Amino acid sequence: MTLDAKIPSGPIEKKWDSHRFNLKLVNAANKRKYTVIVVGTGLAGASAAASLAELGYNVISLCYHESPRRAHSIAAQGGINAPKNYTNDGDSVFRLFYDTVKGGDYRAREANVYRLAQVSGLIIDQCVAQGVPFGREYGGMLDNRSFGGAQVSRTFYARGQTGQQLLLGAYSALSRQIDAGKVKFYPRREMLDLVVADGQARGVVARDMITGTLEVYTANAVVLATGGYGNTFYLSTMAKASNATAIWRAHKRGALFGNPCFTQIHPTCIPQSGSYQSKLTLMSESLRNDGRIWVPKAKGDKRNPKDIPEDERDYYLERLYPSFGNLVPRDVASRRAKEMCDKGFGVGPTSLAVYLDFSDAIQRNGKPWIAEKYGNLFDMYHEITAEDPYAIPMRIYPAVHYTMGGLWVDYNLMSTIPGLYVIGEANFSDHGANRLGASALMQGLADGYFILPYTIGDYLAGTQFKAVKPDDKPCQDVRSEVEQRMTQLIGIKGKRTPDDFHRELGKIMWDNVGMGRNKKGLEEAMKKIADLRTQFWQDVKVVGSANDVNTELERAGRVVDFLELGELLARDAHHRQESCGGHFREEYQTEEGEAKRDDKKFAYVAAWEFAGDTKAPVLHKEPLEFEYVKPSQRSYK
Amino acid sequence: MNITVKIWRQKNRDTKGKLVTYTVRDISPDASFLEMIDVLNEDLVRKGEEPVAYDHDCREGICGSCGLMISGRAHGPNHGAASCELRMRSFPDGGTITVEPWRARPFPVIKDLMVDRTAFDRIMQAGGYVSVKTGQAPDANAIPVPKHHAEEAMDAAACIGCGACVATCPNGSAMLFVAAKVSQLALLPQGHAERKERVERMIAQMDAEGFGACSNTYACEAECPKEISVQHIARLNREFIRAKVL
Repeated sequence: MTLDAKIPSGPIEKKWDSHRFNLKLVNAANKRKYTVIVVGTGLAGASAAASLAELGYNVISLCYHESPRRAHSIAAQGGINAPKNYTNDGDSVFRLFYDTVKGGDYRAREANVYRLAQVSGLIIDQCVAQGVPFGREYGGMLDNRSFGGAQVSRTFYARGQTGQQLLLGAYSALSRQIDAGKVKFYPRREMLDLVVADGQARGVVARDMITGTLEVYTANAVVLATGGYGNTFYLSTMAKASNATAIWRAHKRGALFGNPCFTQIHPTCIPQSGSYQSKLTLMSESLRNDGRIWVPKAKGDKRNPKDIPEDERDYYLERLYPSFGNLVPRDVASRRAKEMCDKGFGVGPTSLAVYLDFSDAIQRNGKPWIAEKYGNLFDMYHEITAEDPYAIPMRIYPAVHYTMGGLWVDYNLMSTIPGLYVIGEANFSDHGANRLGASALMQGLADGYFILPYTIGDYLAGTQFKAVKPDDKPCQDVRSEVEQRMTQLIGIKGKRTPDDFHRELGKIMWDNVGMGRNKKGLEEAMKKIADLRTQFWQDVKVVGSANDVNTELERAGRVVDFLELGELLARDAHHRQESCGGHFREEYQTEEGEAKRDDKKFAYVAAWEFAGDTKAPVLHKEPLEFEYVKPSQRSYK
Repeated sequence: MNITVKIWRQKNRDTKGKLVTYTVRDISPDASFLEMIDVLNEDLVRKGEEPVAYDHDCREGICGSCGLMISGRAHGPNHGAASCELRMRSFPDGGTITVEPWRARPFPVIKDLMVDRTAFDRIMQAGGYVSVKTGQAPDANAIPVPKHHAEEAMDAAACIGCGACVATCPNGSAMLFVAAKVSQLALLPQGHAERKERVERMIAQMDAEGFGACSNTYACEAECPKEISVQHIARLNREFIRAKVL
């Protein structure tokens, strides 16, 4: 298999324009003859479903929540980037492109990133027109804040609830199309497999999570907007239901999986407090605008932080990175926090935390100023930890937050299965080995509002379609497979709950495939995961029936896929013998402890092909070329 | 901590439910309320019993999935917090907690603590939007919006659609939910072109779903996890009258 990324020729600033001109169009009157399934209703899914319906396509929208508004994009806090240069600080499309390629440690496709930077301004326009109440200045103009990895202020925000407001905007556009009858929306449906007929993605099998009925939906094309796979680690900042089943099932049907080991560990999360813990809570990166990160200079210093004098504190990010200070990219901030804790400088009851201190900002600007900017985050922290962050510093520790990897897609956002598109966090594109803050919302909405609606038309206009109905053999074959898998799960009647296996997998992942990875640990992880998978199929206990609300069955199905994906993640991390962005191999670091890339050997996208349940996956490589941003050792000093 | 919980168990929409008593032992005061239910559920599963079904997802108070009537209070005893944000330290050790689903005619019980809130989506579909297609927008700074309008719109837009306002209202009214959206879009110039149709259609859908009328008890404001003010209901009423007379 040769991977063709279909990157248009020509200078980078002209690629998207000339490509749009070259894309085949579906005549306005013919659009109603095509149906597209969009799975997921987060930023990418809701914006895509709404935009496709506005164009005139028939859209089937599925989500496993009761309402599109519950998708986990809702939880994004800090903001969304766009190079509007409203702050007059020298921002430009090229600068956002440059920052993103550099921030991703030179493992993203230049053409995709440039396009992302180009359309990002349109997103802000669109969202404002929808009534998204972005933060404003007294003159009525939009306000901006700074985020990690950039020296300009280009981040638009709606308090600490930017994801919520953008999702509600996309949800409102989707609701309008549901009302207009152009989108058929099915809530509480979980996609459990993909139907490929004559080599084309033509439908999905989904379970009605109330009645248990297995349904088949058919269409001319399928769009997966099902989010990332951070919950492979069990504990993450993802929502409890976030899972990899849709992309993993598509992978097993032929879609290549790109860079699975590129996972992001976010530096500012509330530390774990006990074994019962079900998830971790993020504190927005925007807090690093005004909070200062420090640890005591003395190891094991258990004094109240208020009693530690200024000269006995180590503001290590400001010390190590004077020009970016507390706003270094996430991978750097996380790794340094881990390093400080590993060396014994950690604080709090578990010693796995560092301080994020707002006392300077409170002194400078007053408590009301902080409350207006970050009030909801401070309240959330207070509620969870019973500590008042206005009075004493927050304790933070890194946690799994985002996955840059995902299904491989070409420039048109199509996977290696014709007719299967993958958008938002579910695909691998744009962020390379590390995502910069406020770029996830940007990418999800760019894909859904401004990229997919054009590129999908090219496929539809240029493809011959045979009729495929839900009762046809390719659909019914997949449906039976799904049914058998569920019967098998319920039939094992073992002793351990699905969550019990999931927690064990998460521990293996965090210990061996987390912030610091090495050859031995990764080999151990692969073996342990394979063993755990064997145990799972012998000893899992799934109560209840398949024909009813059954959250245990839902979980068991998701854990099956995490157990397979976890192994691929470790395998990919094992094969990539370099450090880059969020992928830190302890064997490959500079003297100063920074990630050390190997551009000669690893400047490529690793795209893995599923080869069968008992065979090792096959690695394909898409070489990455850097014409505009010359790879160098990333420096934030 | 050791806690006795009385939880509403109901097989499905058509079956009668009842409160069942369970004991949960050795729970950390730092555990969240939902983690307490998780621990109970894992015990039930190990015993071969069906776990308690309830909606939850983000567990940080923003997705609006969780909605539990905890000892008679929507989202429990704390102010300005959703059920998932509650920590066990808010309850006395050795105490008894009753957990019920939202009770309102437009929110039928699906199973145990899980209810059907799609009525809210249908109200939103009736007009909770600005009719702007992708690509039609002018530059984001083309229309200045006074900061205090943007801030007040944001106060309203913070609604998470959990349904606590309905569940706690003696009339099962959805006025605070509808007001939050109508008020947000009435405060912003982008919402003005459709303000008449929006308020009329959303109110009509709210009535069609069977939500009750508002009698100004302010229970909704008291229990709203996002502390949305009843002043938005006042603006909703003004918008409605404006739509009828202008």
